[in-house]
Formats: sequence, C-alpha cells, structure tokens
Amino acid sequence: MTKQAQQLTVWRALNAALHDEFTEDPNVIIMGEDITTWGTGGGIYGVTRKMADSFGKNRVRDTPISEETMISAGVGAAMAGTRTVVEIMYSDFTLLGADGLINQAAKARYMFGGQFATPLVLRSNGGSGIGKAAQHSQSLETVYAHIPGLEVVVPSTPDDAYGLLRSAIKSNNPTIFLEHKALYYRKGPVTKELIPLGLGRVARSGKDVTVVATQLMLTRALEAAKSLAEQGIDVEVIDPRTLFPLDMGTIYASIRKTRHLVVAHEAVRDYGWGGEIIGNAVQECWNELDAAPRRLGAARTPIPYSEELERAVVPSAGDIANEIRMALGQKVAQPA
Amino acid sequence: MTTLISTAPALFELEVDGIAALALMTTIREFESRLPNYAKEGLIRGSTHPSVGMEAIAVGVSWALRNTDSIASNHRGHAHCLAKGADLGRTLAEILGRSDGYCQGKGGSMHIGVKDLGILGTNGIVGAGIGLATGAALAAQAQGRKDVAVAYFGDGASNQGVLAESFNLAAIWNLPVIFLCENNHFAQSATLEEMVAQPDVRQRGLAYGVHSIDVDGMDVVAVANAAIKAVDRARSGAGPTFIVADTYRYLGHMADDTEIYRTREQVDAAKGRDPIAKLAAALLEQRVVTQTDLDSVSSDAVAAVDSAEAFAKASPYPPISEAFTQVSEDH
Repeated sequence: MTKQAQQLTVWRALNAALHDEFTEDPNVIIMGEDITTWGTGGGIYGVTRKMADSFGKNRVRDTPISEETMISAGVGAAMAGTRTVVEIMYSDFTLLGADGLINQAAKARYMFGGQFATPLVLRSNGGSGIGKAAQHSQSLETVYAHIPGLEVVVPSTPDDAYGLLRSAIKSNNPTIFLEHKALYYRKGPVTKELIPLGLGRVARSGKDVTVVATQLMLTRALEAAKSLAEQGIDVEVIDPRTLFPLDMGTIYASIRKTRHLVVAHEAVRDYGWGGEIIGNAVQECWNELDAAPRRLGAARTPIPYSEELERAVVPSAGDIANEIRMALGQKVAQPA
Repeated sequence: MTTLISTAPALFELEVDGIAALALMTTIREFESRLPNYAKEGLIRGSTHPSVGMEAIAVGVSWALRNTDSIASNHRGHAHCLAKGADLGRTLAEILGRSDGYCQGKGGSMHIGVKDLGILGTNGIVGAGIGLATGAALAAQAQGRKDVAVAYFGDGASNQGVLAESFNLAAIWNLPVIFLCENNHFAQSATLEEMVAQPDVRQRGLAYGVHSIDVDGMDVVAVANAAIKAVDRARSGAGPTFIVADTYRYLGHMADDTEIYRTREQVDAAKGRDPIAKLAAALLEQRVVTQTDLDSVSSDAVAAVDSAEAFAKASPYPPISEAFTQVSEDH
C-alpha cells in the first residue's frame, strides 16, 4: 500500500529523514556548528530542527568552529562504532577538513584491507544564487567525486533529499552529501521511500536530446525544456542524483533514444564532471550520437558577489536552451 | 548525570608487571632494530620509521588499556600496535607488503590498522591520529561505552592545528581521550627548540583546559602509572589528559637518514637513559629477577622476532587483483 505523499520543502524532508534515521538506529549521531541554537533551533537552514529535543545533546551536538577536527573526529567516530553525520555550514568550509575526508575517510577501507567501515555522512550545502559570494557558494562536487572511496550525493527534490539522506546514513562508505542552498525552500511530494545511491532519475521524458543536470541546473534544464517544447524540441532531462556511484546506464539508454547529449552543472565547467559523463558517453555510444555532446558549467572564476555578476558566471535556463539547440545543429546567436 | 568516583586504580608493580613489560620492550626493540636491514635488502619499500629507544611509552601506555580501547597512531607506530596486542608476524608481513599482513599488504608501515584490537591505524599524515582518536572517544561516549582512546603523536605534530582543536573539543565534551605526545625532540630533522617558541609542550594542553602532565618517557613504570591514572580519569567521565613523554629515538628518522642535525654524543647521551636497561637494573636490584632471567628475556625476544621474520618472509605477495578491491563497499 503506497502512503499518501506529503508536500514538504527540501529542508523539512531532510529533517524528516534525520528524525526517522535517528529513531530507527540509536548509533546515529550528528554534530555541527549552531545546529541546535540558531534560528528556530535547527541550524542555518533548519535541517536539524528539534533533533536535540527528540534525541538529546549526547547524539545531537553543537560544535565549536573547528572544521578540521569536526571532520576527522567524525571519521574516527565512524571507524569506532557510530554512524556519524557531520554538518558543515557551507561546503567551502569542508576544505578545512580535507585531510579527514580525503586522506583518512576515503582511504580507510582500502588501506586497512577492508577491515573498517567508515559510515560517515558529511552534510553540507553548495551552489550559488543567493549572494553568498566567493567563499560560501562553490560547487565542489567534482573535487570529491574525483577521490576514490568517497560517495557524492547531490539531491534536488524533497523526495530525493529524504530518500538519499537515509541511504547515505545507512551506507558503510563515507558520503559527501551536498545540498543546494537555493533549493532548501522548494516544495514537493515526499513518499518517504529510500532511494539507493547510484540510481539516476528521468526528470522529464523526451525524444530529441538528453540533458543531464543536477540541482539548480536541473531546475533550469527543466525550464529550458519547457521553452523548447514550444519550438517543437522534445528534451529528456536526467538527474543522476549521485555522482559516485554514477548511473551511466540510465544516461546511455537515453542517448540511444535521443542521439544527442548536453550536460549542465554548476561546478566550474573545466575539469568538471560533465567531461566525465561525455567521456563515458562517446566511448560507449559513439555510433549512436548524431552530433558532438556539449557541456555547460560555471565560468572559470570565483563566484562574484554583485547580483548581475553572479548571474553571469553560472549557466541560465537560456544558456542551457542555446546549448541544446547547438547540440541539435541549430544556429544560435552568440552574445556579443 | 552523576559521575561515579572510581576507586584508586591498580598501579604498575615491578614484582607483578616488571618482567612482562621488559619482555615486551625487548621484543619491540629487536623487531624495530631489524627494519633498517630489511630496507637495505630491498624487502621494505618507501618509508619506514623505527622507534628504537622509545619503547617505554607504547609499552607503558598499553598497561592501562584493554582490548576495546582504541589507539590512533602515527608514522612511527609499529611499537604502538605491538604493545596493543598486534602479532609480530602479521605486523612484519604488512611492513613487507605481504598477503598475511593485517591489511594484506595494502597499507604498509604507515597504514597498519587492526580493527579487532582497536588499532585505528598508523598514519602517514602527521597529527591526523589526534582527530581520529578524539572521534573514537566521542563514539564511546555517545554510545555509553566505558572505552577510551589514545592518540600517539610526536613533538612535531604538536604544531598541527588539529591538536589545538581537539584539545578544545575534548575538554568541552569531557571526552575519554588521552593525548600522548612522544617528545623525541626532532620533527624529522627539525629540533623542538627551533620550531616552537614555547618548548614546554605541556603548556599547550593547559592553555585549553586539558589536564596535562609531564612524564619521563624513558621510564616504563612512570609512563604506565601516568597512563593508568589518565585512563582511569577518562573512564570515570573526568575527561581528557595530555601526557608529554620525554624520549629520544636512537636510529634515524627513516632508513636513509644522514642525521646531520645531531651529533653522535647527543645520541649516546640519550642511550645513557635507556628504558630497557633501566627496567632491567631495577628488577635486578629489587631481586625480582636474576641475570639468567634477563638472558632468557633477550633470547626469547630474538626467537620471537626470528619466527615473525620467517613467517613474514614466507608470506606471498598479494595477488594483483587485490589492488582493485575494497575501495568502497558495494551497494
């Protein structure tokens, strides 16, 4: 029997996932800066609201501003018996704990010959769009997806946020769970079903071109698809949801249908994960592609503060629509 | 929440514990002393860091620990593992990159972990074990276990920021962690005096509100008793302790060390404080053992390491297919 899906915002869906996982497994703990004392008592975006009331300060801990130790202690705790969720206020700050993530958590299973599970979830938020500027707006998912041993989750919808967070906490691998700061207040149905890591989702069916996008770019790709539909272009949009494990199968199946591929991400385009997807696609689907795949990403700049500048460095729905038309061989007027 | 006042813990007694501690220190020294030769023979790749001269610390601390306690070690960590109960043969097999090593040869000297013994790994990143041990202590506290965690690190790691952060976190949360600084006076080749404006390392713990003590790291009895008290504090909920153990490494930082940063006289002076000789002399003086007993401690150590060496050398190298496994657990 399917439960009636509730309408929840992304932050409430994440909050529900934490409550449900903490109820189910007493070994789950969470720590982060200001997670019980800010705003309405749930951290800067509310995700941990009422967690301390429900589960106590032993399992829900406010930390000092010490990202390196928050993360490396999170790793040590995960190796020693807890399922540890560490909230880092902005993903930019995770770089202070890069040793814990990249040298310790990512390698523990391998270098100790499989003895240790490291059930760590590093929850943070990335992305631009709300004027947080260069050190609070990066999209670092590509950096972490490059590291063997790390899983990278980039949820977009409330339903995915819920189902993927619960799966990430249950995973025995260290997981970088990157929420998007511009999507916390988006509302949508939440079925409360678990979603396995490594399973992409067809966000919109279409037959002319495949667009792979996540988070804010997913929203804009869907807008672009809507506007192109009026011009008779039928766009299929795929949200991979996790960058590692990566569900290329769903993408290949779509390319075989549409014969065209565009990838849009908010991470800097150069050396970004779009290149990885296109690299795989041309190797696997060369004969089924009618044109060269195309990619969009942020400009090779830090994220600027001033609103018009911020908007200029990140692909817009219009940019994505243009790239789709170019992928289909249409002439597109280039901006001066 | 009430904290139980613990009864005074049983301290190290020469009559009861002396011979076993001597045997463990002697065995570790025999083990570590052979490593440079293995390196010369080409049996060890990369970097290996022997701890000859520093045995009293790992052995003393181990007197305070039980199996379910955790340790997080550093690049000079074989002694920490062996004192925590790691098998000589499997440890050496790991150092030689063999399939019978604790990590099937995938870790090597700087990445020896033994989950069942609470060994969260030797570590190639200076200071990293400090954060890991703090986390293991957090897990014990959060799960209501009475286990403790020990972070072993050197004076060099005392300059890493993670120590400052971990001191503070452990102090505000009363975490059951022991920060054990093995002050051997050299961070690779850099002297403590050159790299720290305040060479009294203990001051750093005090500044963060951590109970902090100095101990003679060349005296296993002193180390054991300091560790027993610190562990007792931690188990009773009284929080972390910072122990600064003064010591010295007799061999180079690693196999090809030219040691231009110190003199032969300085090394010889440190050997005058040798922890094994000191314990042996005390045991003889108090008539706990005879010279014959001491001789058999030495010959038993040689035999044990001979046997470990034979085991490790006979162990096959891992199959190439192993290079690609155990990165992530499959979903």
